[in-house]
Amino acid sequence: MIERIRKLVAEFAGTNVDVGKLGDDGDLYRAGMTSHASVQLMLGLEEAFDIEFPEDLLTPDTFSSISAIAKALDGLGVGVAS
Amino acid sequence: MSETPSLLRRLIDAGLFIDTGAPGLYGRSGAFEDVIDRIDAAFVRAAGDDVTEVVRFPPGMNRGVFEKSGYLKSFPQLAGTVHAFCGAHGDHMELLEHLAAGEDWMAKQQPTEVVLTPAACYPLYPVVAARGPLAPEGGLFDLQSYCFRHEPSEDPARMQMFRMHEMVRLGDPDQVLAFRAQWLERGQALVASLELPFSLDLANDPFFGRGGKLMAAGQRAQQLKFELLVPIHSEEHPTACFSFNYHQDHFGLTWDLKTAAGEVAHTACVGIGLERVAIALFNQHGLNAADWPAGVRKALWG
Repeated sequence: MIERIRKLVAEFAGTNVDVGKLGDDGDLYRAGMTSHASVQLMLGLEEAFDIEFPEDLLTPDTFSSISAIAKALDGLGVGVAS
Repeated sequence: MSETPSLLRRLIDAGLFIDTGAPGLYGRSGAFEDVIDRIDAAFVRAAGDDVTEVVRFPPGMNRGVFEKSGYLKSFPQLAGTVHAFCGAHGDHMELLEHLAAGEDWMAKQQPTEVVLTPAACYPLYPVVAARGPLAPEGGLFDLQSYCFRHEPSEDPARMQMFRMHEMVRLGDPDQVLAFRAQWLERGQALVASLELPFSLDLANDPFFGRGGKLMAAGQRAQQLKFELLVPIHSEEHPTACFSFNYHQDHFGLTWDLKTAAGEVAHTACVGIGLERVAIALFNQHGLNAADWPAGVRKALWG
């Protein structure tokens, strides 16, 4: 799942560092992700994993790193199998 | 027992507002405009010795500039576009027939190059960017414009067309944040001089949709927006009369605005809702400005 998230981050987050070199815990906002880009990433994740983030997860923390996203997805029942 | 008339009703009955039949679109009387002028002047006086460049744009802006500004990403629900008839003779006949029959006549209306200005500062950034990098001291501009937001309401403090006076600062993050901190003080001093109850609070813009929830949470987490609130129609939901906004590098990146050092410029603005402050004054001190407390009259009329 981490690699799938990384691919989506590369596509939508608009970071100014190579996402391939960004650690799972690397701060995406610090890496240049704008708030508008974070919305694109959120929508991209929803489409790719066929989920809808509940309102209480629509915070910067949820999308702050690859591992934070993985944790949120895990909580939504998107398991490693996907 | 009859209910107390709404503030809107009282403003209309007092002749301060003129009903146009469209919610949020009002005529203003001379007495109301006098108060607006005085608030406007007090806002400029609050800038003290600041050397500002005064710029005025019409209430319609270049559609291309509007599109590039990012406004539609955040507030598509508030935007107003200007359309005009672009048909031929036959289309004109058709339009008149539809109109006479009370039918939809808008089919041949096409978007023009004009969009209604959503905030006074939006037309400024590309104009400044076209001049090249900022001076070492950055830039400081004074703008005032009628603005449009599509949010029809019976709340007189939530108009569709209203005036916003803004001071806009461009520079490095330190310059821009110092400006905002200074105006947080100035705004409070100004409203205190008008003897209005107020509070200052962290705020977020009314971003659209589910993505907007994330934007709003991010804006709050980074403390990018503060509002100076005055209770008008309710104590629990006071009305924002000033906003103090730090855009970080949003407009700098959008318009390639550079500091003298060649860095991406940061920007901030302070905006006062002129009608909102006027309405707050009429609501607080009475519908006849001649009867307002001496201190308030002195602060406005000197």
